[in-house]
Amino acid sequence: MQIIIVGGGKVGSTLAEQLSKEGNDITVIDRRYEVVQNLLNEFDVMGIVGNGSSHKVQIEAGIENADLLIAVTGSDELNLLCCLIAKKAGNCQTIARVRNPEYNEEMRFIKEELGLAMAINPELASAVEMARVLRFPTAIKIETFAKGKVEVLKFKIGKGSVLNNIQVSQIATKLKCDVLVCAVEREDDVIIPTGNTILRENDIISIVASPKHSSQFFKRINIVTNQVRNTMIAGGGEIAYYLTKQLLNMGIEVKIIEKDKARCEELSELLPKASIILGDASSQQVLMEEGLANMDSFVTLTNMDEENILLSLFARRVSNMKVITKISSIAFNDVINHLDLDTIIYPKYVTSEYIMGYVRAMKNSIGSNVENMYRLVENKVEALEFVIREKAPVLNKTLEQLDLKENLLIGCINRNGEIITPKGQDVLKLGDTVVVVTTNTGLKDISDILRD
Amino acid sequence: MNYSMIRYMLGLVSCFSAMFMTLPMLVSVIYKEKSGFSFLAVALFSLAVGILTARKKPQNRKMYAREGLVIVALSWIVLSIYGALPFALSGDIPSYVDALFETISGFTTTGASILTDVEALSNTCLFWRSFTHWIGGMGVLVFIMALMPAKDSSSMHIMRAESPGPSVSKLVPQVRNTAMILYLIYFGMTLVEITLLLIGGMPLFDAVTVAFGTAGTGGFAVKNSSIAGYSVFLQGVVAVFMVMFGVNFNVYFVLLRKKPRQAFRSVEFLTYIGIVLGSSLLIAISILPMFPNAFTAFHQAFFQVGSIMTTTGYATADFNTWPALARTILVMLMFVGACAGSTGGGIKVSRVILLLKGIKKELQMVCHPRSVKKVKVDGHVVEHEVIRSVNAFMVLYVVIFVVSLLIVSLDEKDLVTNFTAVAATLNNIGPGLEIVGPTGNFSSFSILSKFVLMFDMLAGRLELFPIMMLFVPATWKRV
Repeated sequence: MQIIIVGGGKVGSTLAEQLSKEGNDITVIDRRYEVVQNLLNEFDVMGIVGNGSSHKVQIEAGIENADLLIAVTGSDELNLLCCLIAKKAGNCQTIARVRNPEYNEEMRFIKEELGLAMAINPELASAVEMARVLRFPTAIKIETFAKGKVEVLKFKIGKGSVLNNIQVSQIATKLKCDVLVCAVEREDDVIIPTGNTILRENDIISIVASPKHSSQFFKRINIVTNQVRNTMIAGGGEIAYYLTKQLLNMGIEVKIIEKDKARCEELSELLPKASIILGDASSQQVLMEEGLANMDSFVTLTNMDEENILLSLFARRVSNMKVITKISSIAFNDVINHLDLDTIIYPKYVTSEYIMGYVRAMKNSIGSNVENMYRLVENKVEALEFVIREKAPVLNKTLEQLDLKENLLIGCINRNGEIITPKGQDVLKLGDTVVVVTTNTGLKDISDILRD
Repeated sequence: MNYSMIRYMLGLVSCFSAMFMTLPMLVSVIYKEKSGFSFLAVALFSLAVGILTARKKPQNRKMYAREGLVIVALSWIVLSIYGALPFALSGDIPSYVDALFETISGFTTTGASILTDVEALSNTCLFWRSFTHWIGGMGVLVFIMALMPAKDSSSMHIMRAESPGPSVSKLVPQVRNTAMILYLIYFGMTLVEITLLLIGGMPLFDAVTVAFGTAGTGGFAVKNSSIAGYSVFLQGVVAVFMVMFGVNFNVYFVLLRKKPRQAFRSVEFLTYIGIVLGSSLLIAISILPMFPNAFTAFHQAFFQVGSIMTTTGYATADFNTWPALARTILVMLMFVGACAGSTGGGIKVSRVILLLKGIKKELQMVCHPRSVKKVKVDGHVVEHEVIRSVNAFMVLYVVIFVVSLLIVSLDEKDLVTNFTAVAATLNNIGPGLEIVGPTGNFSSFSILSKFVLMFDMLAGRLELFPIMMLFVPATWKRV
């Protein structure tokens, strides 16, 4: 697919990397020469230095033949203008990043009038993801497939857990519940388990199950799954606002610590039910005074990644609460994963994943058939949802007959809404959707799961 | 430095080298010549070496600009070493140094020869000589990239190192597709030329080899008289195609997209055509007394200008005997060279444009020290980085030129010969003046000089930096 990305910042470059790896023709437009140069050096993309909302520049980028334009510059107005011009200049779909809450409230009108295919607000999207985690604090990450009928949950095996030293194949027999372990993170490695893999303490495992089975599973392994009762948020930015709004709706008490007085007043106006504290969240005293030790959960949303990490580490020391850390820009994933940080949310990945989801859906109409895709472990493991269509090479075969690639596993089969945890004798039928978990990134079609 | 990736890529190049040699083998079967066996032997050898070295795929496929440059430089050296073997084995060119000179001259599309009698060579070897031009013209690694399913974005580093021009831009977002489009245009234009030459009555073998030489802007002919023996029509076809292959391929790509206005408006293209026509006219006027009519004079001038400017090096006349003005213009054209992104060599028209614009800007800075001015080409601002690299290129170019000239002058030949010999090799042209003129050759140089000239040819084709990288100790450090 021909895709033009305007803006080569954090989200823009993440998108350029992912989309070009999936075989799309990517052209990136950015005003800054160095940014374009760096992207050209790193990824297989074409770059143009210029103003993305200029008609001339868009023509140069090939807007006439483009299928999609994604505007992710720092400015909402510029993004909207890019999309508007692209819509008139070429016959393409447009996606804009719009983060101003004022526009957000009028999103429906803007989308309709400007003909946007999608508008994404990174703060809102991140907040939604955080709220989902707080609703189910045991999990580090939750993704849903098949319109919510299947969940992929990620959590850590704690001390003295029943799962400690258990063989994956024994889970079904010992615990008598229908879940499937689809990925095990152990130190720096990620294993796609077979029946013989033995789980250990401190492993981070991902399971596939229907919501009913997953809650049953968590009960069997003695993990409480109730949503948190209260939350402390460090930093009162946009994400904090969106998150608080949702948490209050869910009946969770929220306490926001923000050091800017004007912002505090603004927040208290917008969120009358939340308690707003004027103070520096990086001060230990302030945190303790506000009762961090007795909180169920703690979300760090300051503008400094380093500060967020330190605050979260501190919170983990104080008590065994649920902690969510926001990391905006620093890379060093390997180091960060070694820290005891619980859930980490990267707004740039959240944003790019939303957009990727749309791009894949668009591609469906032209060949590829990934319905849905999530990264379980950053850049290492993906969970993809495929539909079995006519002429698929796996059609009407039992799973035993399929010569699957290494490090690949079929997590579940959804047959007309019925969720089947796959066994060797199960047959893939027309119209089924399957969730495939794999370390081989970049699968495009169900046939890609087979060995070449 | 990712050594395993370099090993792997060189292994691939070895395999491709074997693949390239299957074509001369076919020719030897057609003409029932024995020299095919030497190609077979070398092909089997390089295939074996290639399979052994490329068998293990490197775990870390990450390449940076440094690896790209080194891979390109080493690939060309490896390819030339293999390519020279059949000449020496078959006895067509008994001395291996001479064979290596001839092969490097072929791959770098120089066309400088050490052969005194070209027609004495077997058809197989003649074909191989011309075929090296064709492969070298667009680039060996670009060819490999067009065929290999490469997922790594880092292959752009290779393309940038191998393609000529101050800043290499892709035609389409994916490197592989760009490489494929380039080769398709290249292949198509070569086919058209072969057809036209056949229509003009040239024998098939000559048509194919001459077309290869034109397409790569190489200049190896299969006759001692180069192109002079063919009819005026054939010479005209060759001249026009030489000029066409000296044009930035981007222009053709834009043309294929049916945007002729945009294609022909490029400053580089217009300057290039302007220089070709202008200098042809000047030379035609200066050589008018030597020819019976103005048409012949212009025809000869145009052919020679096209041949020298695009750095091809075919000849239809011995311009050694021409007036000083004509010869001086030709020597100057040697340095200008063809357009960036073409198959030609030299400094490149686009660099000359940038240099001149840079000078204009600096002069203005002297008058108005506080003035801020950006250099623009085709309506786009040229970043300071690009100007800086063009200046660096020029400095390095002069240094290499001077040092080469100094070493070659040890042979006690006259200055014009030495000067034009270095110019003709560093700019990948082929013939120079005096002893190395269109009727002469490079056989009388000492072995040392030959190695210096071989170095110049490789450095010139790869735009200096990849080859110079090999001599920088920091390149070879692991970190």
